[in-house]
Amino acid sequence: MITTNPSITPAPVSHHPSPETLLAYAAGALSEGVALAIACHASICRDCRRELGRLDAVGGEIMTDVSPAAIGSDALDRVLARLDEPAPAAPVAPPLDRETRSLVPRPLQRYLGGSLRALPWHHVGRMFEEVRLPLSGTRVKATLMRIKPGQIMPRHSHGGLEYTLVLAGGYQDNGVAFGRGDFSELDSNDEHQPVADPDGECLCLVVLDAPVRLSGFVGRLINPFLRV
Amino acid sequence: MFATVLSVPVWPLPLYRRQQRAAGRNKHGVAGRALTNEDLCELMEAIAARKDRQAFSQLFAFFAPRVKGFGIRRGVDPAAAEEIAQEALLTVWRKAETFDPEKASVSTWVFTIVRNKHIDMFRRHAYPEVDIDELAETADDAQPADHALASAQEGSAVREAMRCLPAEQLLIIQKAFYEDKSHRAIADELALPLGTVKSRIRLALARMRSALPEAVHDHD
Repeated sequence: MITTNPSITPAPVSHHPSPETLLAYAAGALSEGVALAIACHASICRDCRRELGRLDAVGGEIMTDVSPAAIGSDALDRVLARLDEPAPAAPVAPPLDRETRSLVPRPLQRYLGGSLRALPWHHVGRMFEEVRLPLSGTRVKATLMRIKPGQIMPRHSHGGLEYTLVLAGGYQDNGVAFGRGDFSELDSNDEHQPVADPDGECLCLVVLDAPVRLSGFVGRLINPFLRV
Repeated sequence: MFATVLSVPVWPLPLYRRQQRAAGRNKHGVAGRALTNEDLCELMEAIAARKDRQAFSQLFAFFAPRVKGFGIRRGVDPAAAEEIAQEALLTVWRKAETFDPEKASVSTWVFTIVRNKHIDMFRRHAYPEVDIDELAETADDAQPADHALASAQEGSAVREAMRCLPAEQLLIIQKAFYEDKSHRAIADELALPLGTVKSRIRLALARMRSALPEAVHDHD
């Protein structure tokens, strides 16, 4: 099982979301799945958290700088009348074990039905296991993937964008190393073949905003959109 | 001669500002001039600590017309924009205790609430937010804490940093926020190559980063 506790020994993050994706997050332009990947990365990465903080401040500035629009004369009274209404109950997250709390960033915890070892992992061949996360809408797909140590993934490219956030372990892709907190953003031109590090399982959040194009015969097997 | 000159208000500026501030605070229905972040923080504190409806009314008078104006600027019809303003301010009231003046300015915090209301109303999905484990944070003492963020978010500093952006970069940042457009849609609309839009965003963010260094003051 995964044994590292990254909350105690944070490793430096070396791969970040692109500036345009961070801007799109701040502007509210992302889908739920991609916003989830960004929120999770920034929950691990202080630099991106600060970048988003600056962008939110820019948003606040742009918002307060527009020409104010006249508000209905009864608007304040209508809101005042509602102040004592009970607030809608916040969704209650299931109790999670220590391993899950230490590996899974909080924004993602709310999408899990339980602790990592109790999730309904779905085996995909002998290569990896996955759990699909509940998102509203079907265009974007978010999964938690658990890849066996040393596993070579089938070569593939994407019809759209693929966002990957490493939560535990690591992998190599075209000679580049990805570890805990690292973020990869690939578009339809990028064909790649990640190889999980040999020293432990690799746990990733993977978000796809269009079907994967499979380059090999194993392809069909791992195409999440064909398997739904 | 003298009488004419003296009829022009020649109060020292701070006094004039104080009077302006007092006037702004007494009129609910007026969007008024800008309150400082300090003023807004005081109102937030009163709401969080005492459920102060008077303070909420003042905060409403400041933000509701701006939130509505922002909605209209984003192409929302006025009735829906007003509904967003009301819902956002109601959320401000409910979540007032979670506002931390050391982590964000009030406008920044309200903006994130407004952003989520827009997404909720028009796209009907959740928008996951950054959420860090404070315990994990304190274990990571190699870097300064996030407290200094608020100083980097002071409206005047942000405004100044934006004013210093080249027009072509500012335009793209504004389009992103006004039209909630991706860089692809912006590139299409402006008939610019995607790479140009990306590099302008990259340059703008780098400039903002150097103009708003977070570690201006450190609470540690």
